Amino acid sequence: MIWTMLDTWIVVAAVLAGATCALVGSFLVLKKVSMMGDAISHSVLPGIAVAFIVTGTRSGTAMFVGAAVVGVLTAVLVHAINYYSRLEEGASMGVVFTVLFAIGLILIEQAARHVDIHPEHVLFGAVELVPLHLVQVFGFAVPRGVLMLLVVFAIDLSVIALFFKELRLATFDPELATTLGIHATYIHYMLMVLVALTTVAAFEVVGSILVIAMLIVPGATAWLLTRRLLPFLVVSVGVAVAAAVLGHIAAITVPPLFGYVDTSTAGSMATVLGCIFFVAMFCAPEQGIIARGFDVVRLRLSIGTQDVLGLLARAAERPGTDAGRLSASDLRTLRRSPFAARRVKLAAILGLLRMKGLIALRNGSYEMTVRGKEQGRQILRSHRLWERYFYDDGNVDMSELHPAADVLEHYTSARLGDDLSERFAGEYSDPQGRPIPDKE
Amino acid sequence: MMVDRLLRVLTLADYNTRVVMFGTVMLGVTGGVVGVFLLLRRRALLADAVSHAALPGVATAFMLVMAFGGDPRSLPLLLLGALVSGLLGMVCVLMISRYTRLSQDAALGIVLSVFFGFGIVLLGIIQRMRGAPAAGLNHFIYGRTASMIRSDALLIGVAAIVVLVITVLLFKEFRLFTFDPGFASGDGWPVHRLDALLMTLVVSVTVIGLQAVGIILVIAILVLPPATARFWTDRLAPMVVLSGVLGAIGAYAGTALSASMPRMPAGAAIVVSHGSLFVLSMLFGRVRGVLHELSAQRRLSRRTLKQNLLRALYECEETGDIATPETQTLHLLRARGWSPRELRMAIRLLRREKSIYQSTDGRWLFSEAGRVRAARVTRNHRLWEVYLLEHADTAPAHVDQGADYIEHVLGDELISELERAIPRFGKVVPASVHVIDSAGRPT
Repeated sequence: MIWTMLDTWIVVAAVLAGATCALVGSFLVLKKVSMMGDAISHSVLPGIAVAFIVTGTRSGTAMFVGAAVVGVLTAVLVHAINYYSRLEEGASMGVVFTVLFAIGLILIEQAARHVDIHPEHVLFGAVELVPLHLVQVFGFAVPRGVLMLLVVFAIDLSVIALFFKELRLATFDPELATTLGIHATYIHYMLMVLVALTTVAAFEVVGSILVIAMLIVPGATAWLLTRRLLPFLVVSVGVAVAAAVLGHIAAITVPPLFGYVDTSTAGSMATVLGCIFFVAMFCAPEQGIIARGFDVVRLRLSIGTQDVLGLLARAAERPGTDAGRLSASDLRTLRRSPFAARRVKLAAILGLLRMKGLIALRNGSYEMTVRGKEQGRQILRSHRLWERYFYDDGNVDMSELHPAADVLEHYTSARLGDDLSERFAGEYSDPQGRPIPDKE
Repeated sequence: MMVDRLLRVLTLADYNTRVVMFGTVMLGVTGGVVGVFLLLRRRALLADAVSHAALPGVATAFMLVMAFGGDPRSLPLLLLGALVSGLLGMVCVLMISRYTRLSQDAALGIVLSVFFGFGIVLLGIIQRMRGAPAAGLNHFIYGRTASMIRSDALLIGVAAIVVLVITVLLFKEFRLFTFDPGFASGDGWPVHRLDALLMTLVVSVTVIGLQAVGIILVIAILVLPPATARFWTDRLAPMVVLSGVLGAIGAYAGTALSASMPRMPAGAAIVVSHGSLFVLSMLFGRVRGVLHELSAQRRLSRRTLKQNLLRALYECEETGDIATPETQTLHLLRARGWSPRELRMAIRLLRREKSIYQSTDGRWLFSEAGRVRAARVTRNHRLWEVYLLEHADTAPAHVDQGADYIEHVLGDELISELERAIPRFGKVVPASVHVIDSAGRPT
C-alpha cells in the first residue's frame, strides 16, 4: 500500500461527506422517512444539471440553489401525488424521483457535449478526482470538494444545533410539537432542504446513489445501538467516519490481494457501512439478534426450571410412596407445558437445577433440596393465588383456571403475590380446596 | 431529417427497430400489469431495492464468465446473476425488517445502497481489468436498447409473456389476497406462497427490464403505469388492462424517441414518456384527477352557498323583516356571517338559475320555482334539527350547527327516512325549533 497526499485528501473528503450525511440522515431514519433521502438524492439531478447548463461551470452556489429548490419540490410533489392518488407514499416517491431523475439524465447527456460533466461522476462520485481541483484558502491549497463539504457540514451542524429542540420534538412527536406552536411541517421541509444540500455537497465524493448509504446506514446502525438522541447522533457520525477511513483503505488494499488493481472508494465505503450494519444487527448489546436470541433461551430455561420445581412441589403434597418424585404423568405434563420443556430439552433443565443445587438425584429419582423446596413453594403459591383471584374476581370458568395461572405464575413478583393474598383475607385455599402455601 | 427518422422508427420500418420495439413494449405491458399488484401490496419501493441489488449479481456473473473464458456479454448469464442477487436483496430487506426494530423503508434504503455500493466496487475492479469489455456493464445502469440484439429481445419478450400468462391465470387469487390477505388466508388460500410468487414475478420483471431501462429507473415501469391508471378507474380489472396498455404506450413512445434522437438514453426516454402520461392523467383523470377534484369541490361549495341563501331568504320572509332593500341586505349578511362579496356571488348564482328576481324597489324576491326550492331546503334543515333533538339527544343550541353541515348532502332516500321517523309534519315546512331573532339568527 502506497499512501500519498492524494490518499489523505480522499480520506478527508470521504470523512467529511460521511459525517455530514450521517448527521442529517439520522433524522430521516428517526422520522421513518429514510426513502425520502433516496427520492431526494435521485431527484436533485435535474437541479444540478440545470445549474451546470445555465452557469456553464461547476459553480457551487448555483448547484446548491438548484438542489434546494428541487429538494423542496420533491417533498411537495410526493405529498401532492399522495393526496390525489391515495396511493402509498412509496409509490408517490417512485413516481417523482424516477421522472425527475430521467429528466436530469437526459439533460446531462444532452449537455455533456458542451459542459465538462460526466453522468458516471454524478452517479457514482469521483472521489479520486477531488484532490485535483484545488483552490486557495488563507494561503493553503485545499481541494474545492473538501471546502464545499466543510461549508455544508458547518451549515448542517449549526442548523441542527440551533433548532435542536424543535427537531427533536417534530421528529418524535409531531402532534405535540404542533400543539406547542412548532410547525412540524416547516421543520420537515427544513430537513428536506438540508438533505438536498448535503446530497449535492456529497455527490462529488460518493455520487448521487451511494449518498443514500451515507444518509441511512449510519443512522440505522445507531438505531440498533442506542435509544437517546445525542448518543444516537454521535454513534451515527462515528460509524460514517470509520466507514470512510476503512472504506478507502479497503479500496486500495483488498483488490490487490486477489490480483486486481484498486477499485472505487465510494463503493467500498458503502460496502464497509453495510458490513458495520450487519455486525451491529447481530452483535448489538441489547437489540442484536444474538443478544435477543440469548434472552429468549434464558427466559425459556427459567420458565422450564420453575415448571419442574412447581411439579415437584405438587408431588410433595401427594400421599404415598412416590411423594416428592416426578412420576411418568408429571413428565408428560412437562413436555406439554406451553413454553419451556417443549422447546428446551428437559435434560438441560434438570441439569441446570442440579447445578444450582435445587434438586438432587436420590435412588434414581429427583428430589428437591431444602432451597429447591422453598422455591417450589413460591411457584405453587403464586399459581394458586392466581387461580383464587381468577375464580373470585374474574369469573373465570373452573376448567380455564389452570392454563391462565400456569402462564402468570412465572411473572409474579413477591410484591404482586402479597397484593394478591391480601385480597382473600384468611382464605388460604385455591378454588379446588388445596392450601395456598405461606410466604415464609 | 429528425422527423424522417422518427417516422421510420414509429412505423417500424427497420428490422432492428422492430426487434427492440418488441422487447421494450412487451416489457412495458408486463411491468404495467404486475405493477398494479405491487402497488396494491404497498411495496412499490421494494422493486427499487431489488433492481439496485441486482448490480453485484451482474458484475459477479461478468467476472465468473470471464474467468471461465466465456463471452461476458452474454445476456442470459448476466440476467441470471441479476436474478440471484436481486432475490438475495429482497430476502435481506425482509430479514432486516423482521429481526430489527427498523422500519421497512430504512431496510430498503440499506439494502439498496449497500448492494449497489458493492456492485460499484466490483464494477471498479472490472473497469480496471485489462481486456474486459466493461463498457457493456454501464448500460445496465442507465439502460440502453441500441445494443439489444435479436436473441436479447426474444429472451425479454418470452420472459415477459410467461410472467404475463402467470399473472392472468392467477388474477382471481392475486385480487383476493392483495385486497384482503387476512380473509384470503382465513379462506384457506396459500397466501404466503402467492405472496412469494408475486414477488418473484416482480423480481423477474425488474431483471428483464435492466437492459432496456437500467437499474436506477427500472422501478418506473412497475410503478408509473399503475399509478397513472389509478386516476381513471377504481376497479381492478380495468385498472390492470389500462395499466398494461399505458405501459406499452410509454415504452413505444420512449423507445421511438431514443432511437430517433442523438444522446437520448432509452431508459430515461421511456420514463419521461410514462411521466408525461402520468402528469396528464393526474391533471385530467376522471376518478381522482386534480381538475376533477377541484371542480367537485367547487360544485359542492356553490351548492352550499346557494342553499344557504335560499334558506336565509326564506327565514327572512318568515320573520317578515324585509321592508326595504337595505334591511334585507343587512339581514342576509348577518344571517350567515357572509362578506358582501360572498353574498353578491350567492345572489348571482341564484339569479342565474331564476330562483330569485329583483323587485322594482330593489328587494330580492322568490320566483315560483325558487320558493319551492327554498321551502325544500328549509324543510330538510328543520327535519334534521328535529331529528337531532328527538332521536340523537342533541342540545337545542347545537342542532342548528349539526343540521347546517349535513343539510347539503342529504339524499332523497335519507329525507324520506327522516319523514318516516318524524311523520307528524306531513309535507309542510315545520316551524323552526328556535326563535329566529330579528337578525335571522337562531337563538
